[in-house]
Amino acid sequence: MSHVAAIGIDAGSTTCKLVAVDRDGAIIAWLLEPTEPRVEIQVRRMLDALRAEIRIETAVPAIATGYGRKLIKQATRNLTEITCHARGVFRDLGRAGTLIDIGGQDSKVIQIGEDGRPVDFMMNDKCAAGTGRFLEYTAARLGVPIEALGKRALSVSSEEPISSTCTVFAESEIISLIARGAEPDAILRGLHRSLVGRVVSMARSVGIVPPVMLSGGVARNEAVRTMIAEATGEDVIVPRQPQLMGAYGAALLGSAA
Amino acid sequence: MTGREALPHYVESTRLQHFVNYEVVGKSALRVQRWRDQWKLATRRPRPDSPLSPPLRCVAYMKEIMSRHYLEGRYAAGVRKVAWVTSGAPTEPLQALGYFLVYPENHAALCGVRRKAQSIAEEAEHAGWSRDICSYARTDIGSMLSGKTPAGRLPRPDVLVCCTNICQTVLHWYRVLADYFGCPLVLIDTPFLFHEAHEHEVAYVKRQIEDMICVAEEIAGKSLHEKRFQDVMANARRGAELWLEILNRSQHRPAPMTAFDGFIHMGPIVDMRGEAVVVAYYERMLAELDERIDRGIGAIKNERYRVLWDNLPIWFKIGDLSKWLAERGVNVVASTYTYAWGELAPMIDPDHPLDSMARVYLHPILNRSTGHKLESMKRMVDEFELDGVILHSDRSCKPYSLGQIDQRDRLVKKLGVPALLLEADHNDPRDYAEEQGSNRLEAFVETMEARA
Repeated sequence: MSHVAAIGIDAGSTTCKLVAVDRDGAIIAWLLEPTEPRVEIQVRRMLDALRAEIRIETAVPAIATGYGRKLIKQATRNLTEITCHARGVFRDLGRAGTLIDIGGQDSKVIQIGEDGRPVDFMMNDKCAAGTGRFLEYTAARLGVPIEALGKRALSVSSEEPISSTCTVFAESEIISLIARGAEPDAILRGLHRSLVGRVVSMARSVGIVPPVMLSGGVARNEAVRTMIAEATGEDVIVPRQPQLMGAYGAALLGSAA
Repeated sequence: MTGREALPHYVESTRLQHFVNYEVVGKSALRVQRWRDQWKLATRRPRPDSPLSPPLRCVAYMKEIMSRHYLEGRYAAGVRKVAWVTSGAPTEPLQALGYFLVYPENHAALCGVRRKAQSIAEEAEHAGWSRDICSYARTDIGSMLSGKTPAGRLPRPDVLVCCTNICQTVLHWYRVLADYFGCPLVLIDTPFLFHEAHEHEVAYVKRQIEDMICVAEEIAGKSLHEKRFQDVMANARRGAELWLEILNRSQHRPAPMTAFDGFIHMGPIVDMRGEAVVVAYYERMLAELDERIDRGIGAIKNERYRVLWDNLPIWFKIGDLSKWLAERGVNVVASTYTYAWGELAPMIDPDHPLDSMARVYLHPILNRSTGHKLESMKRMVDEFELDGVILHSDRSCKPYSLGQIDQRDRLVKKLGVPALLLEADHNDPRDYAEEQGSNRLEAFVETMEARA
């Protein structure tokens, strides 16, 4: 087995990810779990689990990112998700362009330069509009599991427009729509459209340089991918494991690979 | 509603109270306090763990001057005529007529720095004022209704002077004040400048200043003395010139002061423009900055990145932000906000006081186009050799925040400078999300690091 050169820890608001890379920057092992309330204890346990799987020397650098990054005592350094996602995605896809990272708590648009470094970025404002939480929260009202959201939204051609981008007000809109007998999948489609509209307008304010790339958990949602492609008129490229890109980028920055 | 009875905390003082409490006891106590502060500053051991250099020594004088001003405010009502004025009001004739001036905006900022603004603003909100109104207005209206103020007590105004060259909120805010206090309101309307001012616009503002002088003379019961007026104008010009020189000293590497220092040290030019004490204070400050430059002392110990701040400060965060940025080697060396009180100095002409005042008060940055602000920012990026720009998107100050998305975009695309839009509010902590704010700031610092 290859030698572990660095570990990336992404303590996100929804999921916690660990990635170990070798000297060449290839992923040797990874772990992903829903974030627990005490993320520092969780990371310690996950590191033990990773050690049980592969041999990790004590001096291996560990870079933490994500909202819980400052709590990770094992980290040798911590960096924001902007830098880490840009690095991870650039390494994985090898392209400069516009990266949209939709995470659980925030979404960001990062312009990646030719050398893989972030040139400019924009994050959603202080509310949950345009984040994974928007879909998670509103979908819960419809009783649909997160994994099925995208498929269900694409399964219908009709769409119920959701005018509010505010998560709380959108939920009220859903209640009214359900009360009027609207089709749940058409509501879901409208919810996706609302989220995508918000994110794409943020991307436009930074300026869309093709290709459009997606990372973060929401990138696994096919309706979001399809609608972003429709709204931007650009091809949307997604890494094989979009959720791991923050931890992967952190590990790469630790190993300087 | 109008009602002296509704605002019982506004009390008048006697000349004896003013003399004893302010002239004799107050001034002496503040002088002793200044000596103590100077001694502390001189004997304090340097803190090796602090990312900031020790504070400027002159801060002890500034504290004395500003405290003296607010202390006199406690005893001014009934002894001196009092005018409440907006920060962009043409105050020089009022100074020359002997008015005591209260700047509600500066008072609100004081509440913000002392972290009292939210509880005071809530007094206004409980009385029905909307959360969407400027937090300065809410803080001052809350203070007026409740009497709460970290300044002890403010004097009741005899006249209100409101100039619309900074925003339109002041128009409505001062009408409210006039209604509560039942005193005359002088409104000075300044046409918005898309380019340079036209002569008819200058004439229009000049005539309003003349009208203001008539009202102020009548209330003061005396005429404006021409020589005294020219002296005030000369002090105003010299004070503004010195302030501009002070700010431009930060073009040196390392910069001898930060914009956060500027936010604090701008108190005298805002509150006491036209007074000789302001000139004396800024001469002292400039000399100390030159001494720092000669000795190669920077305001922060490890200046790696030099940054511009756009918009008002986040008053309740300035200490934390200053330290947080300094720890990362970021020195905010310039700000469009502090510049506003210096950049018009060349326009002030004591020999043509009214004409030049009309011109000066037409040209504040907030009364000019967003393109003008962008050009100013570009020039500052060049002159101060800046690595980045933080644009504080201030929920309360719409005129300042308008156009920032485009300005940010141009700075990034045309100048290749990283620029961050930071959402907050100048006085209301409820409009600042700590976690998201610091996350954006960290990402901004990393973007500058990546370019270095």
